Amino acid sequence: METTPFIWPFTIGLLFISCFLVIIIGIWISSLSHIDKSRIIHSIFTYKSILAIKEVFMESLLHRKIFRKNPVLGYMHMSLAFGWFLLIAVGHIEACIHYKTLSVPAYKAIFMRYFVSGPALTLSEKMLAACMDMLLLFVLSGVLLAYYKRINSRVFGMKKTTQLKLGDRIALTSLWLIFPLRFLAESLTAGIHNNGSIISQPTGQLLASFLPVQSLETPLWWAYSGALSLFFFALPVSRYMHIPVEVILIFLRNYGIKVQKRIDGYSRIQVYSCSRCGICLDSCQMTHAAIKDTQSVYVLKHIRNKNLTDEKLFNCLLCGRCQPDCPVGLELNNLRMTQRIESTKEYNSSYKYLKNGKLNISPQTEVIYFAGCMTHLTPAIIKSIKEIFAVADVKYWFMDEDKTACCGRPLMQIGQYEAAKKLIKHNREQILATGIKKIIVSCPICYKVFKEDYALPGVAVLHHSEYLLELMADKRIPIKKMPMRVIYHDPCELGRGSGIYHQPRLLLNEYVDVVPTKNEKEAAYCCGGSLSNIKIQMDERNQIRNKTLEEYITYQPDMLATACPLCKKTFAKTNKLNVHDIAEIVCMALNTNKERPKKETYLYFHEVKHLEETKIKMNIH
Amino acid sequence: MKEFGYTIIKQRTIDYDQFNGRLLNEILLMEPSFKVCLSCGGCTATCSAGDLVNFNIRRMNLLLRRGETAELESEIQKCMLCGKCMLVCPRGINLRNVIMLIKKNISRNKTTKY
Amino acid sequence: MKHIVIIGGGIAGIETASALTDAGHWVTVIEKDTRVGGKLNNWSYLFPDFTPAEKIAESLLEKCREKDFSILPDTEVKAIIRNQDKFNIHTSGNQNLEADAIVLATGYELFDARRKEEYGYKIYDQVVTSADLEQLLRPGESLTVAAGKNPKRIAFVHCVGSRDEKTGNHYCSKVCCITGVKQAIELKKRLPEAEIFCFYMDLRMYGKHFEELYREAQEKYDIQFIRGRLSEASEKIDKSLLIKAEDTLSGRPLKMNVDLLVLLVGMEAGKGTASAAFSCGVNCEESGFLKSMDSLLRSNISQQEGIFLAGSCTAPMSLNDTLLHARSAAIEVNNYLKKSIK
Repeated sequence: METTPFIWPFTIGLLFISCFLVIIIGIWISSLSHIDKSRIIHSIFTYKSILAIKEVFMESLLHRKIFRKNPVLGYMHMSLAFGWFLLIAVGHIEACIHYKTLSVPAYKAIFMRYFVSGPALTLSEKMLAACMDMLLLFVLSGVLLAYYKRINSRVFGMKKTTQLKLGDRIALTSLWLIFPLRFLAESLTAGIHNNGSIISQPTGQLLASFLPVQSLETPLWWAYSGALSLFFFALPVSRYMHIPVEVILIFLRNYGIKVQKRIDGYSRIQVYSCSRCGICLDSCQMTHAAIKDTQSVYVLKHIRNKNLTDEKLFNCLLCGRCQPDCPVGLELNNLRMTQRIESTKEYNSSYKYLKNGKLNISPQTEVIYFAGCMTHLTPAIIKSIKEIFAVADVKYWFMDEDKTACCGRPLMQIGQYEAAKKLIKHNREQILATGIKKIIVSCPICYKVFKEDYALPGVAVLHHSEYLLELMADKRIPIKKMPMRVIYHDPCELGRGSGIYHQPRLLLNEYVDVVPTKNEKEAAYCCGGSLSNIKIQMDERNQIRNKTLEEYITYQPDMLATACPLCKKTFAKTNKLNVHDIAEIVCMALNTNKERPKKETYLYFHEVKHLEETKIKMNIH
Repeated sequence: MKEFGYTIIKQRTIDYDQFNGRLLNEILLMEPSFKVCLSCGGCTATCSAGDLVNFNIRRMNLLLRRGETAELESEIQKCMLCGKCMLVCPRGINLRNVIMLIKKNISRNKTTKY
Repeated sequence: MKHIVIIGGGIAGIETASALTDAGHWVTVIEKDTRVGGKLNNWSYLFPDFTPAEKIAESLLEKCREKDFSILPDTEVKAIIRNQDKFNIHTSGNQNLEADAIVLATGYELFDARRKEEYGYKIYDQVVTSADLEQLLRPGESLTVAAGKNPKRIAFVHCVGSRDEKTGNHYCSKVCCITGVKQAIELKKRLPEAEIFCFYMDLRMYGKHFEELYREAQEKYDIQFIRGRLSEASEKIDKSLLIKAEDTLSGRPLKMNVDLLVLLVGMEAGKGTASAAFSCGVNCEESGFLKSMDSLLRSNISQQEGIFLAGSCTAPMSLNDTLLHARSAAIEVNNYLKKSIK
């Protein structure tokens, strides 16, 4: 077989990266739990694999999600990924046809133009050659856009772009060089041997007219092979590892594997699948407080580089706004959680003082009411719930009226799962001992942990907004519409955390007019008060809150409604908007006959404008 | 120190010359808001753990400032980290971080010891 | 004759107006309320010697009657426009006033205790503010709580809306400590059977006779002082309030059932001051109070030439401090106008 020395850099690089990937992915998969391994075995020959292949095609090659975010950015990714894929695939088919064998070595296909001395003869060969030229042009258009993105990222709908490190720079440079070098090398060869096609042939002839193509040909093919090799060797230490690893991720995800509460092969695969595109930076509210180095993309990077500090790991609200935006669909919050668990696993806690006493509960009791620690600092919520329960004649047992253990979620949010388990065990025993089949919770933080981690068989866990809706539907509480425009603020733990978006709105709409806002439901802002962040300073929290309030104020609502005591407390710290819990609003409506809620007046924008004009007139500097 | 409720022998006077401020300084460096405590006791009053057991979160500050780390070590384990203390603090101290930093230091000292 | 417009007809405004009239100037006071006297009208007795507030109000009214300055009641300032060294002031009564100098005496507002939700104001009936209590202390008012009983145990909470990052007010309101002591004594006089507690962080008895009154509260009236900030209040089934604090001196959490909880609310700059500052181009401090050139020598002088500051629009002040500050404002205005004649 014909060969030439310049194939070696490429071939060695390809061998290296293939071995490397096989070994590392092997290690990752072998470190999965038994359950996950059996998931793979049981799913591999099912339709799940077909779904995975489809997803690989849609996301890894076409980049559908990035297209949705911004068409130019999507085109750039698609032309590079899908174009390159087709170049390899079509190139291989072309080589197979040319050499009339199915076992063509990779270098033969990649460097085919060098080995083929004459122009294509048959029609199919001509068409394939033309196709290859067009594909290369397609990829080159993506490379051009990539150059431009480095200069001006705003065109791509991105406010910020990530910073690169050495491995990334090498890989990026070689990636940028591969395709122009290939184009030049093929064109030069075409200029000498007339084996080019619709684009490379004229370019080759043009180059041959003023360049010493004979002496340039071999060095360019060397450069092309070198760039490919460099890319392969830089791949393991660069962000481009996401290209191969994401494919594995999509398969495993389709097999039903999820990030566990520990660092394992799958969490590693997720970390390596991050392309560091930086889309998560745009949705992160920490930037409102000028905190710009703790976002998911950086945390994943530091996990990979094993230099993640607690200062960065814990400086996150875990609001989850970045997750829906991630084009790779990474479990960003859970990945951060695995690290928090790892970082705090040596910490000690002791709750031996928790003792379950004897319960004295009347047998007619319908529901348990659990207000939550925070709610005790917003007594208006508790009072409203009590009044509504009185109207609806709900027999309830107030579980934490005097004192109780915390629900455990605040511990979990900072990684203290083992400690949280002790609290959960204590509360769980108490709930089950009552024999009551329904528990109403006022705090979304408690709600999430009750629902997900308490394992209460046969006990329905409801947030009070859900339960009040139930009471309303059962006509146990009357409906009275008040003429008020209200914005509903989705608490993170209730909305994105537990998927409760509609029940509070359905309920509110019966009592007031709910005004839709730009950032709501999945895109809802965090109030800034999140317990998940233990590093953020109070003034930074305030900045995040103010930015959120700023948006709400533009709608000039009569009131801001929420369903979380912590959100309420956070917003109520300023005097900018009237903030009330859903329960208070319902209670207010039930009491409308007694006392109408007073509408507070605020300095609205037309007034501000008026004052602004006055200032200008005053001409004071 | 497995058993809870062991006795701590306290000095009759605070001998400030013997005070080693390493732990305190480290925590103040990582969480400067801890400097501004005015000992109002709001945190202790609202504390969920304090409802159930003899536990005074405000005194963590004093224990740190007087170098009584042994007592600190056993006391801090009672905290449930619910965050109520932060919601009442008139000085906006990031108490949950202080607690985590103390725990971190304790666990680190243990691992270096053995 | 120079014309001076004073915005605000409270203690500071009237005192400044009276002093400037004495100095031979033409003075107009703009007051948004029907009555002059401002917040003084809401108070019954004044610390430290229980002077009836009416007496002070009466002396202010007397000055208004005797002295030759005009008052525009029920009037608000719409815009202020500087015209070389004069000011044009448009009022809500569609009047246009031309002034050579302006004195801002817009006063303060009481902290809205509903913002401190954990204390239960407007949620529980047994929670009142110091301003509410002042009304109840008027002769003839009843002090009974639920079921027509006299409150047996009463707690005062100091620093509500002051020295509190959570309400955005980092400063000390100065007057609440002594107000608490004064009201505790008054309550004890009215209800000798009641136990009265004051929950404080620091007691700042800075003024003349303040410390003596504090001592008297302990000595003669058995008022008990507990060093600890209240964290929350909750209602029991028997309608009594359970309050939680730490007794910081004994280092243990403290719970107490009370029949009446009095919140000693602090002072805030308020919306009137904010909009006056905005329309004059006078800067505010971070606290919202108006910024003077410095805090010692020129505390009456704003950063805008010809605009002066008097009273509690610059910082929380007692009645006594306000009167002094108002008089010094009058001196500054007088000096300024004399200079401009030359």
